[in-house]
Amino acid sequence: MLSFILRRLGTMALTMLCLTLIVFFLINLNPNLKKLAISQTEMHTSAEQLEDWLVNHGYRQNFFARYGQWLGLLPKQPATDPATGKPMQRFSFCNDPTEPTFSGVLQGDFGCSTKFKTTVASKLFPALGATGLLMFWVLAVMVPISLLIGILAGMREGSRTDRTLSVASIASTATPEYVSGVIFTVIFASWLGWLNGSAASASQGLTFYNFTLPVMTLAIYGTGYIARMTRASMVEVMTQQYIRTARLKGLSFGSVVVKHALRNALIAPFTVIMLQFPWLLTGVVIVEVMFRYQGFGYTLVEAAGNNDIDLLLGCSLVSVFIVLITQLISDVGYAFLNPRIRVQ
Amino acid sequence: MQIEYISAFDVVVGVLWRFWPVWVALVLLMGASFTYKKKLGLYGQLFDSGVGIAGVGICLFWLFTAIFASTISPFDPLAQVSIMKDALPGAVEPTTKLIYYFGGDKLARDVFSRMVYGSQIVLIIAPAATGFALMVGITLGLPAGYYGGKIDTILSFLANLVLAFPVILLFYLLVTPGIMDTPIPYAMAGLFFLFPIIFFSVLFWTRFKNRPDRLYILLGLTLVIGGWIYVGLVFDKDPLRIVHIDPNQLNIFVAVVFASSPGVFRIVRGLTMDIKTRDYVAAAQTRGESPWYIMLWEILPNARGPLIVDACLRIGYTTILLGTLGYFGLGLAPESPDWGTAIKDASRLLRSFIHPALPPTIALMSFVLGLNLLADSLREQSMKD
Repeated sequence: MLSFILRRLGTMALTMLCLTLIVFFLINLNPNLKKLAISQTEMHTSAEQLEDWLVNHGYRQNFFARYGQWLGLLPKQPATDPATGKPMQRFSFCNDPTEPTFSGVLQGDFGCSTKFKTTVASKLFPALGATGLLMFWVLAVMVPISLLIGILAGMREGSRTDRTLSVASIASTATPEYVSGVIFTVIFASWLGWLNGSAASASQGLTFYNFTLPVMTLAIYGTGYIARMTRASMVEVMTQQYIRTARLKGLSFGSVVVKHALRNALIAPFTVIMLQFPWLLTGVVIVEVMFRYQGFGYTLVEAAGNNDIDLLLGCSLVSVFIVLITQLISDVGYAFLNPRIRVQ
Repeated sequence: MQIEYISAFDVVVGVLWRFWPVWVALVLLMGASFTYKKKLGLYGQLFDSGVGIAGVGICLFWLFTAIFASTISPFDPLAQVSIMKDALPGAVEPTTKLIYYFGGDKLARDVFSRMVYGSQIVLIIAPAATGFALMVGITLGLPAGYYGGKIDTILSFLANLVLAFPVILLFYLLVTPGIMDTPIPYAMAGLFFLFPIIFFSVLFWTRFKNRPDRLYILLGLTLVIGGWIYVGLVFDKDPLRIVHIDPNQLNIFVAVVFASSPGVFRIVRGLTMDIKTRDYVAAAQTRGESPWYIMLWEILPNARGPLIVDACLRIGYTTILLGTLGYFGLGLAPESPDWGTAIKDASRLLRSFIHPALPPTIALMSFVLGLNLLADSLREQSMKD
């Protein structure tokens, strides 16, 4: 088991290395660098001045050298003052050092956000905290509801409850966040006036009034999918021999479902819930932009829209890490939950 | 000038009336399918259940809407009639006396016409991108599952690499105006659009290699038609000027294919690993058939059930992806009538006007719902066999 986890961690590290390399390459394409230079210098600078700025701030060094600097394998070079030729801070708002230092991701330095004029860490981690809060409430709403729907539907396959709940879950998988968000806002904020259509104030304090709509919107897309997986797993379990035996020895239907079927039927949904995280990440971006909630997704969009290289790299690193770690947890957890599977 | 309005009832009747070519086509096709459903195989079996009929009905509705868009919509989707800015549903346009059934948006365009024309964009890009993703996934998934070993390890690693990208990040990196100055989208298009040609060439080669008369015709047709479309799409140098795609649409197309082909790859690989243990594969191996013959003519036809279901779901998912792209304003032109862009524009103004937001949201939801219902009932039918 331990060697399995270690090997998976090794693959994970390799995957992250490859992915960050790809992201690094795509962010540092020439048009993107030009846009960054334009946004960072004063208006009406000539093409040479833009080029000078890029050279000065180290953006024109060899691609792999820059990637090594970002990782922390090579020392980060300071910028040179064009007037005096002396080394100066690359970005004064981040308190960058004036001498070459090893300061990359491996040393815990995520770089400097050019859009928010602060270090990436001081922007990214509070945002992640805010998104974690959102995720917690989404999971707290989504998981119990979807499991309940799945179990009720799968308990008696083909019954009217099953048909109704199945169509309802199909409908929920057909509603992406930007659709349900608009519809919920129209119903609950514009018509009924019960809830707030913006979660901007949620950063100061969560209330039912400002946080329900984002949570609802994000939960509804995943609910149907998890419910359908739970239903399929429940249907399969209910046809097993031991369920029939339990029925034949005279146990009531309810106690068969709760005591015998439920535990076995919940193994598959666990994996599905874990693998929902990549989807939730996309949803988080949409919902946070739609409801103006200052979290991870909002930061990602701001970073991407403004060519904020270090911040976007930090965001990619975090999101890729989340995706890979949830995959690992789902594999390991599945092996733990299901005694029939033993990892070699 | 005062704008006149018609009543809500008239709006409903008017909208239903505007869709008349769709109703006619729908009644004809559904009636014919229903009459001959016994002879139509899997498609005919769909008409045995309510869910199946609903799924087929909704999908065909949007298909015919896309085909007859110019007849259905009263206005040009890009035309702005300044007096109709933010007009409420049922407003009568003063000069032509035609009606803005679902009102006007903030740029005074007809919401109804935009919704109808939006279906064209979705129904062209989503199935086509899914088709290409299927080709890429099948052509790579079959050998990965059949041979296993190193090929499988490398291809699976690459697929997992793409799958580990959150879709939204992938789009923010791949669908930007800047990237169109670089050769990346064209290189990717050149790679992806090669797969259908490879797929069909190998398909015909393995089957007819001992019958040159059939082989040369089929191979020639594949190479000529495939090469013609390839040159038109990738290099935009179609000599006849028929096949043409805008650079930004090509960009979207490539990104969507790139995002969804690893999923197909995984499914095909899993199915192949399962099917290659069957007796008929062993029989073909004993007969001395070539590996690619076995993959394409023994394994693939037997994997078609789950693949068809997946294709239906995937078209729906691609529609959602296109909507996401539109919602973030990536790739598509800002005035494009597609549903995602329309939702983005309208959702910014939800506090003041809600009517421009509802038609595109409901359209997108119903189309995806139709595809999901279709997939569900296909799955049920294929399980019965």
